[in-house]
Amino acid sequence: MDPLKIALRCVFWVERFAGLLKIAWRSIRQRALASALTAVAMALGVALVVAVLVIYAVLVQSFNRRAGGYELVVGNKQGSQLQLVLNTAYYVDQPVANIPYSYYAEFTQGTYALDVETAVPISMGHSYRGYPVVGTSPSMFSLKYRGDQGYELAQGLCFAPEDLYGAVAGSAVAHAEHLEIGSTFQAIHGGAESGGQAHQQEFRVVGILAPTGTPNDRALFVNFKGFSALHAQEQKTDGHDHAAAAAEPAEITAILVAVDPNRPRGAEIMAHQINRGSVAQAAMPAVVIEKFLRNIIGNVQLVLLIMAALTVVVAGIGIMVSIYNSMSDRRREIAIMRALGASRTTVMVVILMESVLLSLGGGLLGLLLGHGLIVLLSPVIVEQTGVAVGLLQFRLIELILIPGLILLASLVGYLPAVAAYRTDVARSLTATP
Amino acid sequence: MLHLKDVKKSFFQPDGTRLPILDVAEFHVAADEQMVLVGRSGSGKTTLLHVIAGISRPDSGRVRVDDWEITLFSEAECDRFRAERIGYVFQTFNLLPGFSALENVLLAMRFTGGRPNRARARQLLERVGLAHRMTHKPAMLSVGEQQRVAVARALANRPKLLLADEPTANVDSGSQQQVLDLIREATEEEQVALVLVTHAPEVARQFKRVDHLEQINQAVTS
Repeated sequence: MDPLKIALRCVFWVERFAGLLKIAWRSIRQRALASALTAVAMALGVALVVAVLVIYAVLVQSFNRRAGGYELVVGNKQGSQLQLVLNTAYYVDQPVANIPYSYYAEFTQGTYALDVETAVPISMGHSYRGYPVVGTSPSMFSLKYRGDQGYELAQGLCFAPEDLYGAVAGSAVAHAEHLEIGSTFQAIHGGAESGGQAHQQEFRVVGILAPTGTPNDRALFVNFKGFSALHAQEQKTDGHDHAAAAAEPAEITAILVAVDPNRPRGAEIMAHQINRGSVAQAAMPAVVIEKFLRNIIGNVQLVLLIMAALTVVVAGIGIMVSIYNSMSDRRREIAIMRALGASRTTVMVVILMESVLLSLGGGLLGLLLGHGLIVLLSPVIVEQTGVAVGLLQFRLIELILIPGLILLASLVGYLPAVAAYRTDVARSLTATP
Repeated sequence: MLHLKDVKKSFFQPDGTRLPILDVAEFHVAADEQMVLVGRSGSGKTTLLHVIAGISRPDSGRVRVDDWEITLFSEAECDRFRAERIGYVFQTFNLLPGFSALENVLLAMRFTGGRPNRARARQLLERVGLAHRMTHKPAMLSVGEQQRVAVARALANRPKLLLADEPTANVDSGSQQQVLDLIREATEEEQVALVLVTHAPEVARQFKRVDHLEQINQAVTS
């Protein structure tokens, strides 16, 4: 066939399609209120789907944005591995129990020392205005985070090992609490909720970290020996004879262990060995979090998605009811079109197009609404998770919505379309208008 | 142009028996001819027009329009043929309320195999004296104007046959003659055969050929 003829044929069909779309659009506009309401119902359903998808993505990202750089978290045997990881890597909740400080030596000069690249002591259990105060050593900042990024100080320096009351503030807490180099703060024993007792001795900010996009932005890092020193100091003022200088802690909460990368499966072997012993347990954060996301958050997302999808289906049924109800008024219009020469298939297609236009229009509105809502909530999300979301936080899976909505619209439009197809032209034309 | 032969049509009644509506042995209209069918209410006027237009199928018999035997067509072929060759003016105008006057005329062009001809649609509306009302929707037009749009729409695809079912019955008395003149003049200009159904003697007496349905339709006579 002549290519010109094919092209002309294509143009003809496109024009014909556009013409029918126009008829469907007119019919939608004629029942503007009912059409708008059904489209809004669809928009809300789709916005819900978008919100669930994006919020899940934010959640996964926020978990993956933990300050990494270590393969193992070693802590007390009480409590679950998930609890240990959530306490230590995300500063969620208070730790259950501690481990003897002497155990730390196993990683620096004892049993595991040969396989360890870096071992960082972590002492939890203090807070400042709701922000976690984490006792650690300067080696904390030699770890990498989010792949191979190293910690950088935006201002000042890291506290020296012998500076017992020096502190490094995360970027978010420094900004929120207006902490600068030289600012001082009192650590409270316990979390923000428990409202424990404040220590007299103040910590002094010597450095402020550059933003990392991890939970560490919300933490205040102090010398872990500082905690034991101020406990000792307070006991001395109480009349007990403890030297403040002898600041070797008796216990720490956890140890972050970066295993020598030259040891294949080094982390797994070490974790196995630690867990066989009676002192502590070792958790691999990557494995624990992956399992947590898959088993718990993943299932929650599935349930929410099913509920959101049901909302979309209900909105689809709303479209069907709306169009079907209008059929009694429109039987005459359909009969007129048939009398003018429109085939049964043509009027059926017009009704299906109407359903598709309402669904897709509502769907697009829902996409905008969903993403708009997330943009509105983004300051809260950033504050809570450190994950920046934008209007363009678009998930590829959302593209499924388009063919999905067309399919749904075709299904719900089928019943009214068949009613249009079956319209008795002669009877509808002679019926009193 | 139009030829009906032994056309019969009946409807089922609630008691299951058949009620004969049409029984036309022979009916003929020449090309370019303008004729009137007069009949009282219930004499099968509208059913006859529906059968001629292919909107309803006869139970038996043959209907030829423009040398095509439409009773042999499939429904889809019949729809297409109606779109291209037959214009229809209804008693109640039957304009689509959501469309403007121009769009109503263009709408009729969409169901043929060709492309809607905007210039032709405009020209027709000008011809029926509605150049200033093209973008108005039916609700904003007087009944006389609505029927004039309907006439323009019926002529949109250059039909060979125009069927008009009581075109002046719902029009105010002031516009009745105007609409009638328009139909007569336009069909003459466009060389379209006209079958106009009416029960009004003042309409019928303006035509040379006036057939009485009671004489043609045996179903009524019997």
